[in-house]
Amino acid sequence: MLIRTNVNGEERQADVWPGTSLLSMLRDHLGLVGSKNACEQGECGSCSVWLDGELVCACLVLAAQAGGRDVRTVESLAQGDRLHPVQKAFVDAGAVQCGFCTPGLIVATADLLQHDPTPGEETIREALAGNLCRCTGYQKIIDAVRIAAECRRA
Amino acid sequence: MRIMDVLLPRTLDEALEMKAAAPAAMPIAGGTDVMVELNFDRRRPATILDVSRLPELRTWRKEDGAFFLGAGVTYARIVNDLTMFPALMQASRTVGSPQIRNRGTVGGNLGTASPAGDALPVLAAYDAEVVLARAGGVTRALPWHQFMVGPKKTVIAPDELILGARWKIARGPGSFSKVGTRNAMVIAVASLCLLFDEGGRTVRVALGSVGPTILRAPDAEQFLARVLHDAGAWDNPRVPVPPAAIEEFAGRVAQAGRPIDDVRGTAAYRRHACTVLAQRALTWALSDRKLKETR
Ligand SMILES: Cc1cc2nc3c(=O)[nH]c(=O)nc-3n(C[C@H](O)[C@H](O)[C@H](O)COP(=O)(O)OP(=O)(O)OC[C@H]3O[C@@H](n4cnc5c(N)ncnc54)[C@H](O)[C@@H]3O)c2cc1C
Ligand code: FES
Ligand code: FES
Repeated sequence: MLIRTNVNGEERQADVWPGTSLLSMLRDHLGLVGSKNACEQGECGSCSVWLDGELVCACLVLAAQAGGRDVRTVESLAQGDRLHPVQKAFVDAGAVQCGFCTPGLIVATADLLQHDPTPGEETIREALAGNLCRCTGYQKIIDAVRIAAECRRA
Repeated sequence: MRIMDVLLPRTLDEALEMKAAAPAAMPIAGGTDVMVELNFDRRRPATILDVSRLPELRTWRKEDGAFFLGAGVTYARIVNDLTMFPALMQASRTVGSPQIRNRGTVGGNLGTASPAGDALPVLAAYDAEVVLARAGGVTRALPWHQFMVGPKKTVIAPDELILGARWKIARGPGSFSKVGTRNAMVIAVASLCLLFDEGGRTVRVALGSVGPTILRAPDAEQFLARVLHDAGAWDNPRVPVPPAAIEEFAGRVAQAGRPIDDVRGTAAYRRHACTVLAQRALTWALSDRKLKETR
């Protein structure tokens, strides 16, 4: 079936099998491979995107449900070579090891900071509870969120 | 079987007509249960019916003394907006992660009818009815225990959709608590909702994850109502409730559970968890009553 969706500010369309997830539409049909596919069951958050401004797991949205709506992916954050402050903070903090979880964490962090520009540690941990990282042990990720929050304030 | 079609109704009437014409169509709301099944090939419905855009399901309202919560209201909206129902808010806050709470709905929780569904003990303690609709403006309301009849089993008819849940608003403290291996993203090993109804002078307790479906604890409820009555605590919340009675109440709550051993915990552990949850919930409620009284 044909799905028309606004992705990162552009009208896009894809002809997908009706059972396709938004994640698969983004990656396999629209070539946006920033959102990662790790679990396809909402557990890991590596597929986090915004749907009409709300943070969601793209693997749990039926592509057809995103028809006529606004989707924003991790690809929308950097401006050309200029990294988004959250991306820069992850690099500066050393919060990236294999990097598989990173796009999802960046999106979830940017979402958190939109809602709460000065989150405490508990808030950060709760906001990122749906994003799993198998490498870093999370401490550097928390540091990155703090750096990003300070950057935003500066 | 291949999925052939996704139906995308814009209004409830349209959705009910579609369901009548294609009763096998599987509704999808937030998709947080349905998509897992699709992604893992556990289900291959020929038709999917998207109910996530129906404005009629995304609302709530007061209906003289009662409250109606639309099936399509997400946990995130409950946490943000429904502060008048602390137990429902607390339960919603424990669901999954922000990503899950932004999509997952109470209607989906009812549709799945897992004994571990976190909204369900709250609806049971509220004595909620589940409102179902079919084409032609026909609705019926079933008490929660007649709607959910077993693990993942409901009596919804193939041509019906869940409109929402409705309950009488009770005055009095209440809470939801859950035991799991983490503070977030966890399926309950045991959960409990306790609610005081000061007007009716009753206490209601519902348990999740410790039986084939949600269970109430009528024996414990009656015991506690009697204790409060005998102590004069219904009229005067400052009257202390003897610790032995709190313990007895908690023990009776645990007796109402019918837990099994599974990967998440043993039956014995679950029973113990019920005792602890009941004790804590009652202690919080009693102190809330006192605070309210002294304010
Ligand atoms: C990572 C993860 C974590 C989770 N954590 C929790 C948790 O902590 N606690 C918890 O309780 N649940 C949890 N869940 C399960 C799920 O999020 C909840 O059950 C949620 O309430 C489902 O709502 P939904 O709108 O996403 O339902 P959907 O997946 O869209 O639908 C679920 C079922 O209900 C039916 N349905 C939905 N709406 C209607 C309607 N209006 N009429 C008729 N049938 C309908 C569907 O056909 C389907 O059978 C989790 C899920 C995931 C993936
Ligand atoms: S791939 Fe979507 S949450 Fe893991
Ligand atoms: S950096 Fe490897 S999973 Fe997070």
